[in-house]
Amino acid sequence: MLAFMARRLLEAAISLFVLLTIVFFVFRLLPANPVDAMVDASLGPEAIARLYAEFGLDQPLWRQYVLYLKNILTKGDFGMSFFFRQPAVDILADKIINTLILAITSLVIAYALGIIWGALLAWHRGTPFETAGITAALAFKAAPEFWVGMIFVMIFAYGLGWFPHSGMREPGYEETSLFLKYFNLDFLRHLVLPATVAALGSIATPTLLMRNTMLEVMHEDFVELAKAKGLSTARIIYLHAARNALLPVVTSLATNLGRAVGGMVLVEYVFSWPGLGREIVLAATRYDYPVAQAAFLMIAAMVMLMNIVADLLYGYLDPRIVYK
Amino acid sequence: MSLGQVLQLLIRDRLALAGIIIVGTFVLVAIFAPWIAPYDPDQIHRVDGRVARLLPPSSQFWLGTTNLGRDVFSQVVMGTRIALEVGLLAAFMVTFVGTNVGLIAGYFGGRIDAFLMRIVDILYGIPFTPFVILLVSLLEPSIWNVVIAVSLLTWRTVARICRAQVLSLAERPFVKAARVAGASHWRIMYRHILPNILPLALLEMSFVVAWAIIAEASVSFIGFGDPRAISWGKILHSAFIAGAVRTAPWWVAPPGVAIVLLVLGVHFITRGLESIVNPRLRGE
Repeated sequence: MLAFMARRLLEAAISLFVLLTIVFFVFRLLPANPVDAMVDASLGPEAIARLYAEFGLDQPLWRQYVLYLKNILTKGDFGMSFFFRQPAVDILADKIINTLILAITSLVIAYALGIIWGALLAWHRGTPFETAGITAALAFKAAPEFWVGMIFVMIFAYGLGWFPHSGMREPGYEETSLFLKYFNLDFLRHLVLPATVAALGSIATPTLLMRNTMLEVMHEDFVELAKAKGLSTARIIYLHAARNALLPVVTSLATNLGRAVGGMVLVEYVFSWPGLGREIVLAATRYDYPVAQAAFLMIAAMVMLMNIVADLLYGYLDPRIVYK
Repeated sequence: MSLGQVLQLLIRDRLALAGIIIVGTFVLVAIFAPWIAPYDPDQIHRVDGRVARLLPPSSQFWLGTTNLGRDVFSQVVMGTRIALEVGLLAAFMVTFVGTNVGLIAGYFGGRIDAFLMRIVDILYGIPFTPFVILLVSLLEPSIWNVVIAVSLLTWRTVARICRAQVLSLAERPFVKAARVAGASHWRIMYRHILPNILPLALLEMSFVVAWAIIAEASVSFIGFGDPRAISWGKILHSAFIAGAVRTAPWWVAPPGVAIVLLVLGVHFITRGLESIVNPRLRGE
């Protein structure tokens, strides 16, 4: 078990290192040169030279790379943002938490609804209800999240006025304590729309998976017995059958954690949710490459970490799995 | 299983048949787009000498107009072309690369296999959407670069699944028989093994079509799309920037409905293919 974890962590570290190297050079070798984008040509040669020196861009490429690596490993420093003139890490630190909150909330909603929905679909196998249900699940999968987001804003923010259309808090918010920062009504009200939209986008996987595993469970003897006892349908579905169909669905939750973290970009963008994904988009439009690079690497690191967590969860949830 | 048989089975599946009809309709719309669209999508219309800004749907402009007086219906019709082009190009490239890598890794095994699968493992750690956005923003924004960005990453799944299939096929008697009969590696791989993984590759292809269409729409929506092309994502980009969410629902809804319909059609076909190929091959 420990050996397995150590190996997975080592693999992830190697992957991250390769990724970091590729990203570093891709950013510097592609036609859109970050330096040209950042430095205004009308500044005059001296000012340009000073800016180059300030960001260490006057050094040869390989030395920049060594320095970049060294700073990350020793100080956790991902370089200075061209745009904010602050360390990229400082800009991103908060955003990691925001993205995680959004991703995890949406995934929990998606799985809770998906499990209920999928179990119902299996129970009504072969009926028009099932076809309609599957079609609806696939339609949510087919709909781009940013568009569903726009429609939701149209209806629930501008039309009905139930929820705010963007952002994470009302302007003028002052932080009182870490706990209250995320557990207050204002924050939750801002969270509802983006989390729901992201949840709908990923609801197809748990729904269809739950339906499939339920189909296998439904013909077991204990379900027949529950029926013979005269229990209500809802009781049979959710208290007897669904429990035994949950395992594959819950393990897929773990694998989808990583994907969810990387998949929040568009929802964050539409709702102006200050997360890592939105920051990548903004940084790319500002040619702020240190921030874009750092945000991308952080998302990748989170995805890899989540994948390891998923592997561990597998073993915990399903003891038949042996780690090698 | 031959491709003809696959098609026959698909048509018998009700949802898959619906998918084929939907996608087929979009293909026809894309081919005849210039004849279907009532106006040039970039034309700025005037009513009574004034620019026809944000007009709601009418008999003259079926889906209303944009803030610059352009016809939404014509734009959506023309956008079909980009969506299908991107979807098919990416699917073709991904399937080509993925199947070949899977074949080579699975057939030769050993170090080649280990090397190729290491690359696939690393690719699996890369988040899809951020990667595509970053790469397209670094390259020049164009349809081709979206296709390349999507393809660079998604061949990972195809390669891994095909490899697993090749591993089991390579041990079958007919492959051994071919080897004993003196067939070359290439002949065994492409003549004997490849036809057996084609239905699987086809299934993966339809996944990629859906991803690629959504990826293009997403990239264009954020504003890194091809500046010359009219795509559904770009229409939504302009609508979002112009605040149409508050003012012009007719401008926001149609391109999204088009995306949902087309991708839903692809998903229907995918489901049909999946039940043909083998539902247990995928974790999803």
